[in-house]
Amino acid sequence: MGGSGSRLSKELLAEYQDLTFLTKQEILLREVLDNETGSERFGDCLRQHSEAHRRFCELLPQEQRSVESSLRAQVPFEQILSLPELKANPFKERICRVFSTSPAKDSLSFEDFLDLLSVFSDTATPDIKSHYAFRIFDFDDDGTLNREDLSRLVNCLTGEGEDTRLSASEMKQLIDNILEESDIDRDGTINLSEFQHVISRSPDFASSFKIVL
Amino acid sequence: MPRCHILGCPVLSPAELTSSRNHLGRLISHGRGHFPGPEAVGTRTVHFPAPAGDRLGRRSSSKRALKAEGTPGRRGAQRSQKERAGGSPSPGSPRRKQTGRRRHREELGEQERGKAACEGRRKRDERASFKEQTAAPKKEKEIPRKEKSKRQKKPRSSSLASSASGGESLSEEELARILEQVEEKKKLIATMRSKPWPMAKKLTELREAQEFVEKYEGALGKGKGKRLYAYKMLMAKKWVKFKRDFDNFKTQCIPWEMKIKDIESHFGSSVASYFIFLRWMYGVNLVLFGLIFGLVIIPEVLMGMPYGSIPRKTVPRAEEEKAMDFSVLWDFEGYVKYSALFYGYYNNQRTIGWLRYRLPMAYFMVGVSVFGYSLIIVIRSMASNTQGSTGEGESDNFTFSFKMFTSWDYLIGNSETADNKYASITTSFKESIVDEQESNKEENIHLTRFLRVLANFLIICCLCGSGYLIYFVVKRSQQFSKMQNVSWYERNEVEIVMSLLGMFCPPLFETIAALENYHPRTGLKWQLGRIFALFLGNLYTFLLALMDDVHLKLANEETIKNITHWTLFNYYNSSGWNESVPRPPLHPADVPRGSCWETAVGIEFMRLTVSDMLVTYITILLGDFLRACFVRFMNYCWCWDLEAGFPSYAEFDISGNVLGLIFNQGMIWMGSFYAPGLVGINVLRLLTSMYFQCWAVMSSNVPHERVFKASRSNNFYMGLLLLVLFLSLLPVAYTIMSLPPSFDCGPFSGKNRMYDVLQETIENDFPTFLGKIFAFLANPGLIIPAILLMFLAIYYLNSVSKSLSRANAQLRKKIQVLREVEKSHKSVKGKATARDSEDTPKSSSKNATQLQLTKEETTPPSASQSQAMDKKAQGPGTSNSASRTTLPASGHLPISRPPGIGPDSGHAPSQTHPWRSASGKSAQRPPH
Repeated sequence: MGGSGSRLSKELLAEYQDLTFLTKQEILLREVLDNETGSERFGDCLRQHSEAHRRFCELLPQEQRSVESSLRAQVPFEQILSLPELKANPFKERICRVFSTSPAKDSLSFEDFLDLLSVFSDTATPDIKSHYAFRIFDFDDDGTLNREDLSRLVNCLTGEGEDTRLSASEMKQLIDNILEESDIDRDGTINLSEFQHVISRSPDFASSFKIVL
Repeated sequence: MPRCHILGCPVLSPAELTSSRNHLGRLISHGRGHFPGPEAVGTRTVHFPAPAGDRLGRRSSSKRALKAEGTPGRRGAQRSQKERAGGSPSPGSPRRKQTGRRRHREELGEQERGKAACEGRRKRDERASFKEQTAAPKKEKEIPRKEKSKRQKKPRSSSLASSASGGESLSEEELARILEQVEEKKKLIATMRSKPWPMAKKLTELREAQEFVEKYEGALGKGKGKRLYAYKMLMAKKWVKFKRDFDNFKTQCIPWEMKIKDIESHFGSSVASYFIFLRWMYGVNLVLFGLIFGLVIIPEVLMGMPYGSIPRKTVPRAEEEKAMDFSVLWDFEGYVKYSALFYGYYNNQRTIGWLRYRLPMAYFMVGVSVFGYSLIIVIRSMASNTQGSTGEGESDNFTFSFKMFTSWDYLIGNSETADNKYASITTSFKESIVDEQESNKEENIHLTRFLRVLANFLIICCLCGSGYLIYFVVKRSQQFSKMQNVSWYERNEVEIVMSLLGMFCPPLFETIAALENYHPRTGLKWQLGRIFALFLGNLYTFLLALMDDVHLKLANEETIKNITHWTLFNYYNSSGWNESVPRPPLHPADVPRGSCWETAVGIEFMRLTVSDMLVTYITILLGDFLRACFVRFMNYCWCWDLEAGFPSYAEFDISGNVLGLIFNQGMIWMGSFYAPGLVGINVLRLLTSMYFQCWAVMSSNVPHERVFKASRSNNFYMGLLLLVLFLSLLPVAYTIMSLPPSFDCGPFSGKNRMYDVLQETIENDFPTFLGKIFAFLANPGLIIPAILLMFLAIYYLNSVSKSLSRANAQLRKKIQVLREVEKSHKSVKGKATARDSEDTPKSSSKNATQLQLTKEETTPPSASQSQAMDKKAQGPGTSNSASRTTLPASGHLPISRPPGIGPDSGHAPSQTHPWRSASGKSAQRPPH
């Protein structure tokens, strides 16, 4: 593990920097995420990589922590979801699904993970942020936000508690209002461009659509 | 010829050169048999490749090609002849070149279509070429192994490659085209990160694009130009790398980043915004500190007259005894008062030291530039804040959508905060629903009105009361200052009263505001406005009282001046001394002096700042930390739940803290002219409060129950800061412009007004014509028209922005109409277009088709071929950004391609068919 062998190669790192909104330190730090098991966290891996790579490595079992395997490794959702930064997020499952590229959509590779962090980073453009926000809110992955999606979204936002749930009539009223505002072509659903139209007018979307590891 | 090859790819190393030569061999072989693409497309140029080079297989291929199309490319033909005439140094090279050219020709046709696609493959080709060049037949085995898409592109890329190495022979337009392509690639590389693709795809795309750029940018430019171009490219690459490293370095250098992110994840973005604001303020103050210290204090300390040399730099005899006591120093009296921290210490010598540094001038200019810099930086950050949010006015139209789509703060990583957030979102949903339902219903409007009037009345009373209290206290303190033996409280009464008012009035306002029953957000705005009014009122009463004091001192100045004069006169003329021996000068401590009002003002501000800081810290310690400790530990043995019940933990008071910070900054701006050291104190204050408040927030505060967003109010705070800056500029400007400076202290002593120093410098140090110009510029006849002009400009810009927003509204309507029209189309077309939510801008798929049309028009050759191409080789999406967005759509929208493009695309059809027919077997294989 030690030595230069366990570092991300320079070229790869440079490419990642070109492709994401992350800086070098952030990319490296991010890899160690996979195993939050106390002492192991401070293994070799930790010292070699910094941020992204390190956090990602933390999520991986011990034997996969060398760079080569960590780049190939897939981290199952359960572990990603246990990240403190995502724990409280009502959209965590959606986020993982949207960014996952594995066929079964049940795990994240390091590159997916970098994608995720890049989109949620400070410097990502509002366009790409709103694009992914749309995909996150599109629960049935059909390319538009229909009433079903919107009501699931509302339920996510109001939390699991019984007292915070909206009643059926409130929900209907709310969704009606939203469609009235945002559904420019009146087809009963909100598509990506309508969504981006709304989002681009929001003063604080870009500042809150952020995750910091 | 090899020479030009080298020139063509100046970036390549020798090794690469040889390899590319090999590669040419291979290319030829490709051209010959394998790659139907080049042959077919290259038909026009066919006649030239064969002759010089490959005697065997080559000829046959060319013949085939000739047969296939039979129309020779005129230009290519001429060239090839020329080349042949010129002679070929080696059997390999001409062949190479020719094929290259041929490929290039064909490439020209295809380029647009597969721009991106082709380039990336080059490297692989090259690698492959090594093996292949040894024996032509070999390649036949090798190619099938490769992917179809790769194969398809290969010919093109290799042709490009060879064209690159063919260097010289490229025509202008070819070069231009390559240049264009390279530029596009570069743009793609630059914007790649903002494409919503998975990483794997981005990686392959990036590599392809980079390889293309690397390969072909060398081919650009001719002769000497090539070297220059290559050099420029090299530099550009280095520059990009440097910039990236520098960015990395910069992010590492941002202080407290981790601390703030930590807070962000616990408390959401609103609390963090305070700390970001604090950090920004710290940066601004550091710059001001650098200005003042570098240009005023340090020169004075290094080159000015030392302490004790003249009266203004010496502690008077009466104070000497106590001058070093801590209690005196703490009040900024004694030695501190007669130090470079305050205005009075500076001498009015025009130049100091061997540098002949014009200190009074520098002092004045620094005082002005402190304000100038602050104004610029505040306005700039305000502008950059507004840039992001374009439709500020429209935000009312989307209340529900904003609540829905943007209310979650993804930074929240704490489950407690998340619960609060859930609750607050739910309430806001319910509130807005209720608002919507009962927007027209008003219950008991009279009572609400009465209560609101009452509340405002009470608050105005409070404001007046606090104003009067401050005025009274300042007046009293002036009496105290004349008396001897005043107690500590009496000395610091003003500061204490002001701090107490600042502490207790805001909660009082909040209680009164409960009467009004406003919507929370409106309530917050009122609250902020009232606190602002309170602070401002206090500050200005304080200033007015201070001004009274200053006028009093100025009135006394004349008598003191006489006394000083007489003392000195008597001292030198008194009898008892030998007339022949000149008397030693009077000790500076004994010289009677005026009550330098500038220093007095500076001291007031200094004290105010320090006491403000202390009160803030003590409030945090008592109000937050002790309360938190009490709640935490006494909860075990208390009758009710302390954490959930009455005292509970404190919330972080964002608005109060931000306003405090803003007003503190206002005091710094006002005071820094009279107390240059004030900025230094403020830097220390900000530094400590950064650490202290970070710690306090993390240790003893709980997240807000009503979490509100930060950025919306960000510009609001900036606006307040700007207002405060302006308001603090006023008194300083007033004193500079209309009060005479003290006669015996400060850099402007002896002058009628402070700004006279400017005039003096202009007269003495600048040539006379400059002085005249300045005098002319200061003429009211010029200034008034200038102001008028500015008003006109404002009016003009205002009307322009209005008309733009009108146009905006109209466009929106148009979009809506378009969408409706399109919807009817949609029903006909079915779901064809509905699929591409990924890449096609959905806003109007009609637009998308239009876009595509225009695209096809502008890039004729790509039109027909791109389809064949993209259907098969879409995998590594290769084209530039524009075509990227439309390409997938093109797959679904064959209907949308109008037949009308035929004339536009010119020769495209003629090429397509041969291509297809020739490449039928190998290239057109389905992708799977």
